[in-house]
Amino acid sequence: MYSFKFAPVFANFDRLLDGAAVTLQLSCGAMVLGLVISIICASGRTSHVKALRFLVGVYVEVIRNTPFLVQIFFIYFGLPAVGISFNPNPAALVALTINVGAYGTEIIRAGIESIHWGQVEAGIALGLKRVQILRYVILKPALRAVYPALTSQFIFLLLTSSVVSVISATDLAAAGNDVNSETFASFETYIVVTAMYLVISTILSALFAAIQRMAFRYPLGR
Amino acid sequence: MRQFGWNEFQLLVFAARWTIILAIIAFVGGGIGGLIVALLRTADNRVARGAMIVFIRVFQGTPLLMQLFLAYFGMAIFGFTVNPLIAAMIALTAHASGYLGEIWRGCIEAVPRGQTEASIALGLHYFARMRYVVLPQAARVAVPPTVGFLVQLLKETSLTSIIGFVELAREGQIITSVTFRPFLVYGLVAAIYFAMCWPLSLVAGRMERGLARATKR
Repeated sequence: MYSFKFAPVFANFDRLLDGAAVTLQLSCGAMVLGLVISIICASGRTSHVKALRFLVGVYVEVIRNTPFLVQIFFIYFGLPAVGISFNPNPAALVALTINVGAYGTEIIRAGIESIHWGQVEAGIALGLKRVQILRYVILKPALRAVYPALTSQFIFLLLTSSVVSVISATDLAAAGNDVNSETFASFETYIVVTAMYLVISTILSALFAAIQRMAFRYPLGR
Repeated sequence: MRQFGWNEFQLLVFAARWTIILAIIAFVGGGIGGLIVALLRTADNRVARGAMIVFIRVFQGTPLLMQLFLAYFGMAIFGFTVNPLIAAMIALTAHASGYLGEIWRGCIEAVPRGQTEASIALGLHYFARMRYVVLPQAARVAVPPTVGFLVQLLKETSLTSIIGFVELAREGQIITSVTFRPFLVYGLVAAIYFAMCWPLSLVAGRMERGLARATKR
């Protein structure tokens, strides 16, 4: 019978915590930057300029139909061949941002398309200023409509970020690899690391749900 | 150092068959597992429902990479010879069961409650009720998101390269290490994945729009 050896793993727990901090930084950074890209690209995809719509379409489809692993290989190993090189952690941030930006673009676009033009006309008729219309009539309801999709995409981003360990970034999964190679307690190490991811993702989704309850409390009219 | 030529290109294309095989295995295994998860998740039994909530939470709340590592190193602990293919099959199947279970739960719940009540009133038992009334109606809604998930699964099989299984992504790494042409090779690998995923994505999108039109008031 196999006896589990968790002691050496917990002896290195501070290193796993350091890794978790990097994972959080990478995910949160990519979340914010990715959201900015999503909003820009979503407006590009709904614009009147055909070339712009096409370019954003190519970006979204290429990223959504290739594995993140291959994307990060291409960015970290492929791009230096054409003179663009990054250190592991910045490369990880760039890859995660580009990845989540593509998914976010589709989600934000769906949100904008869910706003009926009649709402905007009603806003104009009520004498709202342009900024007010943009904020209360377009952005807030659009964000509300896509909030669940957007936040589950962010949780998925957190989980995907574990893949950056393959380019020797210093995230939680990489810290797990280091601890594993020193303690030889493979199964125990990855059980602990997996549990840490579960805790982070659970806290994050609870946080997102709390924000949803606070920000979008007004009733939905029909 | 080797030149990148026709042979290398062929190696890549042939490696893609393992990607497809893995995706099919995971999809079939996950389809069976997912159906069980979805049925238990919507069952009357509280314990079954609670257990499935935990199952889905765990598999949707942890990285697939960690699930692969646990399957890989777990095999050794339970006394099996470590085999990347078997480990990949186990992890991908469990992973897909969690995701498909959650997708299909939503589809089962989308069937109006009155349908279940009517079939109970007609004296149908659980099996007949599900087989002839609920599941056929749920299936109609389920097809587009299921095809969408198949795309995700196909891409995620690339992670099995990290536990040493030689499929498309791993073959790309191997060829890169002998030809030193990462830009070209990873670009091609990405293109091959794209060629497999994009048609599926288009089909999923078209079906989704068709369904949205059909169910609009």
